[in-house]
Amino acid sequence: MAQATAASEKESRASRRFEKIQAIVEQYGAAESALIPILQKVQEEYRYLPEEILTFVATALNLPPATVYGVATFYAQFSLEPKGKYIVRVCDGTACHVRKNQTLISTVKEWLGLKEGQSTTEDMRYTLEIVSCIGACALAPAVVINGKVHGQMTPEKVTKALEELEAAEKAEDK
Amino acid sequence: MDKKSEGYVIVDGVKTPINGHKNLLEVIRASGVDLPTFCYHSELSVYGACRMCIAEIEGRGVQPTCSTPPEDGMVVRTNTEAAMRIRRMSLELMLANHHGNCQTCDKNTHCRLQELAERLGVKKVRFEEPEADVVPVDESNQSIVRDPNKCILCGDCVRMCKEIQGIGVLDFAGRGSNARVTSAFGKGLNQVECVYCGQCAAVCPTGALTVKSVLDQVWKAIHDKNKTVVVQIAPAVRAAIAQEYGIPSGEQAMGKIVTALRRIGFDYVYDTSFTADLTTVEEATEFLGRVAEGKNLPQFTSCCPAWVKFAEQFYPDYLENLSTCKSPQQMFGSLVKKYHAEKLGVPREDIYVVSVMPCTAKKFEAKRPEFSVNNDPDVNAVLSSQELIRMIGQSGIKLADLPLDSMDLPFGFKTGAGVIFGASGGVAEAVLRMAATTEGSHGHTPEFHEVRGLDGLKEASITLDGKEIKLAVVSGLANARNVLDKIKAGEVHYDIVEIMACRGGCIGGGGQPLPNDMEAREERKNMIYDCDAVQSLHNAADNPFVKELYATLLEKPNSHIAHELLHTHYYPRKRIDGQPVELSPAKPEEKIPVQVCVGTNCYLRGSYDTLKKLIEAAKQAGVADKLDFKATFCFEKCVSSPNVQVDGKIYGSVTPDKAEEFFKETIKPVIESQEKVEA
Ligand code: SF4
Ligand code: SF4
Ligand code: SF4
Ligand code: FES
Ligand code: FES
Ligand code: FES
Repeated sequence: MAQATAASEKESRASRRFEKIQAIVEQYGAAESALIPILQKVQEEYRYLPEEILTFVATALNLPPATVYGVATFYAQFSLEPKGKYIVRVCDGTACHVRKNQTLISTVKEWLGLKEGQSTTEDMRYTLEIVSCIGACALAPAVVINGKVHGQMTPEKVTKALEELEAAEKAEDK
Repeated sequence: MDKKSEGYVIVDGVKTPINGHKNLLEVIRASGVDLPTFCYHSELSVYGACRMCIAEIEGRGVQPTCSTPPEDGMVVRTNTEAAMRIRRMSLELMLANHHGNCQTCDKNTHCRLQELAERLGVKKVRFEEPEADVVPVDESNQSIVRDPNKCILCGDCVRMCKEIQGIGVLDFAGRGSNARVTSAFGKGLNQVECVYCGQCAAVCPTGALTVKSVLDQVWKAIHDKNKTVVVQIAPAVRAAIAQEYGIPSGEQAMGKIVTALRRIGFDYVYDTSFTADLTTVEEATEFLGRVAEGKNLPQFTSCCPAWVKFAEQFYPDYLENLSTCKSPQQMFGSLVKKYHAEKLGVPREDIYVVSVMPCTAKKFEAKRPEFSVNNDPDVNAVLSSQELIRMIGQSGIKLADLPLDSMDLPFGFKTGAGVIFGASGGVAEAVLRMAATTEGSHGHTPEFHEVRGLDGLKEASITLDGKEIKLAVVSGLANARNVLDKIKAGEVHYDIVEIMACRGGCIGGGGQPLPNDMEAREERKNMIYDCDAVQSLHNAADNPFVKELYATLLEKPNSHIAHELLHTHYYPRKRIDGQPVELSPAKPEEKIPVQVCVGTNCYLRGSYDTLKKLIEAAKQAGVADKLDFKATFCFEKCVSSPNVQVDGKIYGSVTPDKAEEFFKETIKPVIESQEKVEA
């Protein structure tokens, strides 16, 4: 029985998310000018912009799908690939680059078990992003984990931050 | 005239009147300097990105002239050091991102990029990019090949498809060095709402968008001794060929084409204008029948396959209003195969029918499954005018010097009404001519000049049996959208509407030789009406071979056999391929699939609320975990929208107010019967 509840819990999450998208469309009105805010909300819900949801948005707004795709790929804030629950951003701006951010990138990759060309872990928990200057050059090399900036990072410090995150999540689950 | 369009601009020292031109570029061109452009087309909006048209304006520095309004007293120099340097640098940058080989490129010798590299003297590319960036070429469909590696991002195709065709298949995606022009999600054109009109390829200055060629297949059929190869030439082709080879008239060009095609090895040379005459008779009869019954009006023409696909995708509710007549190309295919098989005793599969068309969408039309008998297509291969020119070139024949020859009979005989099908307004005028003339009269055939010309919307009316018949002639699908929306809203009323996808009609088809701009179309249009003038007959109903065909085979217009051979049907089509939205991700295999369509037509009729109500009803009944809900895009049954599919079966008209009842009477029994099976 417990299992059934968990399943129907998941059920309603999927349809609830979709319901939200429709609610957003209704709220903003089906106008082209609403496209960007709508896409932002979609990304909040799904953590990325799934193709079928973009097609739905195009339908609801009566826009060519290519227009929606164009906007979704234009802004760096949008991702068309699924993203993990936690985002690890390693800065690759000039300041961070000269302070050996490469060792940070390889440490994170190894810790997450990411293969070449892969940026999200198979269990959809982590996504590694290599980004340009995040404006924390004084603290270079910088890493942003889950929205929080960590400065003057070393491979040891970044590992520790990830382990702490992991521990916090386990505690929450209990 | 407003202030801005008066006065003079000094172009390279020459005083040039502004003369109402909207931008400096046109004034400069009027002064005799052909400033190069990639992204400027007089019929599209101004984009101003390629920087080819730059010039130095006194007091303002180097500016793109296509986006600068001319002002009285402006002093412009087109070839200053800075202007030339920037122009060449911009071109070099384009070439650096361009991966292609002129010798093997379809646009070779017609490519603006190639031409300008030569003209501006670019001898080497300084910023060559690695070949590793080469991306796949889209050859997914019959009509258009899209090679993004050759794209210079001028955006011409984007604006053509959006502004003139009202569709928006192509758009910019990505930014910076990753910017590209692409279809939605990078899908093949066969998976999106492209109608294959080829107008994008007609404006693309490079080899990034070209007409797909089947020339090799046609040569193969000609070389095959067992095949009887029959060719039909569409009306608009003669005008384009005349233009291309500098032949003074379309009629003469046609005579030379016949000679050339016989030499090349075609067994029978016929004229699509013959089946255009037949189309007129069938379509006019159909129209009069509808008027009598007051049914399915306005009647829309169905000769243009790009318009037909457009209607199937965007206006499924009007499919009943399309004439059921096949296009002249397809009427020809089905008739000729039957005729040659029965009258000349050639087995159907040994008859190879080739069309020469101004059109890229005709390539798609010929492959529609309903236009074949036991997998043998009525039309085997469609060549564009461009391919005909290439074929003549490959054969070494000097077309312009050839003597004239005439077509084979019976399918080579036409009236002028069949020829004018090549220009916008032609179908309408052919029908009007027939309706306004008493049958069989060889007297004067009236002309209808109000429906001629390149305007996107023309109107006319005539009185038939004391009743006023209103008619509209539309070209360009954005214009068609406009007219349809107005008809839908009840703002306008017509009885018959001719729609052609290409501006100006088939003379401007996507398969016509380049340049294919409005100027070229204007000249072709005039040639078409000149061709009409020199025919002996001008009313389709007077065509003696059409009459004979009715006497020997077709009985009478719209007869049972005519319907079988010459008429067709249409169906709603989805706009884009893709996955449905999953709403119940857990273990779908053990559940009953319930898919609710949220495609445009269903969505507009409230399918979203239907979906919501069905999910709610399932929860209430405690069976939500037995159902696998999905929101999907178009079952191609849009006329009965909103549609819901339960366990593989589609049910129509499930409006939100019927959702609960539908759940109880349709979905629940399915669950119960499944439970019984399991028990
Ligand atoms: S062929 Fe026509 S519909 Fe298709 S992309 Fe080109 S312009 Fe648009
Ligand atoms: S495909 Fe052709 S028309 Fe379209 S942007 Fe590229 S170069 Fe320009
Ligand atoms: S208008 Fe003519 S050339 Fe253009 S798509 Fe239609 S049938 Fe083809
Ligand atoms: S370079 Fe990394 S924060 Fe500026
Ligand atoms: S033609 Fe003016 S910028 Fe391209
Ligand atoms: S939109 Fe075509 S069936 Fe729903």
